[in-house]
Amino acid sequence: MTRELEKEMSYFPGCSLATTAKENNASLNSFLHHFGIKLTEVPDWNCCGSSSTHSINSKLALGLAARNLFLAPKDKSMLIACPGCFLRLKHARMELNESKEKQHVFEDHFEKEYEPNLRLIHFFELLADMGDSGLFNHLTNRLNGLKVAPYYGCMLERPPSMNKEKSHYGLIEKIMASLGAEPIRWAFSNRCCGTFLSVSRPKIASKLVNRIMHGAIQAGSECIVTACAMCHLNLEIRCKSDNQLPVFHFSELLSIALEGKAPKEWLKRHLINPTQLLDQRQLSYHRLPLN
Amino acid sequence: MIKVGNEQINSDFIDQVQKLKQTDLSKCWHCNACGSGCPFAEDMDYLPNAIIRMIQLGLKESALSTSTIWLCVGCNTCSMGCPNGVDIAAIMDVLRQIAIDEKIEIAEPGILSFHNAVVDSIGRHGRTHKLEIMMRYKLSEKDLFSDIDLGLKMLSKRKLDLLPSKVKDKNGVQSLFKMAGIK
Repeated sequence: MTRELEKEMSYFPGCSLATTAKENNASLNSFLHHFGIKLTEVPDWNCCGSSSTHSINSKLALGLAARNLFLAPKDKSMLIACPGCFLRLKHARMELNESKEKQHVFEDHFEKEYEPNLRLIHFFELLADMGDSGLFNHLTNRLNGLKVAPYYGCMLERPPSMNKEKSHYGLIEKIMASLGAEPIRWAFSNRCCGTFLSVSRPKIASKLVNRIMHGAIQAGSECIVTACAMCHLNLEIRCKSDNQLPVFHFSELLSIALEGKAPKEWLKRHLINPTQLLDQRQLSYHRLPLN
Repeated sequence: MIKVGNEQINSDFIDQVQKLKQTDLSKCWHCNACGSGCPFAEDMDYLPNAIIRMIQLGLKESALSTSTIWLCVGCNTCSMGCPNGVDIAAIMDVLRQIAIDEKIEIAEPGILSFHNAVVDSIGRHGRTHKLEIMMRYKLSEKDLFSDIDLGLKMLSKRKLDLLPSKVKDKNGVQSLFKMAGIK
């Protein structure tokens, strides 16, 4: 049974969507707005405590995530688009729910009552509900057979303590196919992109990214569609110029299917220019000069 | 005094790790599912299960001075693949933090510098400011030019903002740093 869709949700964009991946943020907001879903940012949200913080200081990672949980309005679900943020916030919620002592520490600190039932929902979960409600039924064949390699990155991988959480494997394939794209099968859909090693050990990240790109090309894909803004960035900045395909945020392709076009403000932020491909597939966009 | 090679065994080490991350390391039977799935295994000095073995044997110094614990990015592929549910990625978090707390010589100082640059940025703004993180990291590594073309391209595509996205309640963020014992 599908849950009734909430029309007003609070929203945690996270650092990537607020900065390097503004096109991800804009396309997601615009897509949901079309279906009458209003997102309000969690007031004064902070970094979720992802990768670097939990790598070197678990207490700080919990504190940062906890501040966001305490700031979120209690009466609305909190929508999270970034898989990294989602994992950190869910993990912190689990840690607090398991320990009254920790709850009290943060209740005293923030001078607020803790809400153990705050619903955290990933964009994919919302999309699955929207699809099940038939909201995409009028969008069939919109993507004109575009061949896409669905790339989840490590969002599908969860630690053992969270292995009862929903898995969204297959959702990109299902939705892309229903919108008229052709999802290809390949071996790298959940291979890690290298995350922060892209800065601190670029050779390692480059190797991983180029294997992923090569895998997508070999499988006959025309582009890669990503679930995570960090993966998107790494794929674009660490691939070799002779081994690359355009990379779209999932939300961008959803918006292109919906609106029939992509605003140039999104496309011109891509380091690998996707306009030639959109042209070939007769998907319209606001035209940009090729690089 | 029991030694393995030249290293004295520290029999408290396994308890120290298990206490920080509620887990039972005797569940690891060294099937190497973690290492065979790990995207970073080929660049590690020891496979993930070898690190678990070092903990089981009490080889604290060996475990904490590996590159492996720093090359692990926490992608959870190993933790998901472990047939016995050992959360290897979380163990790596614990080992890094013990290595920092106990001032062990860090095998990958560049990776730690990067993490510190990120955490400093969060301390200043409450959010990560990527341009600042990259600049500070490059300065700390005295390597200003290796990614200059990429940096300029990202700036021209507006992928890097000159100014940070900031939290208004700076003290609120600072207080979390104090709680975590920083500064």
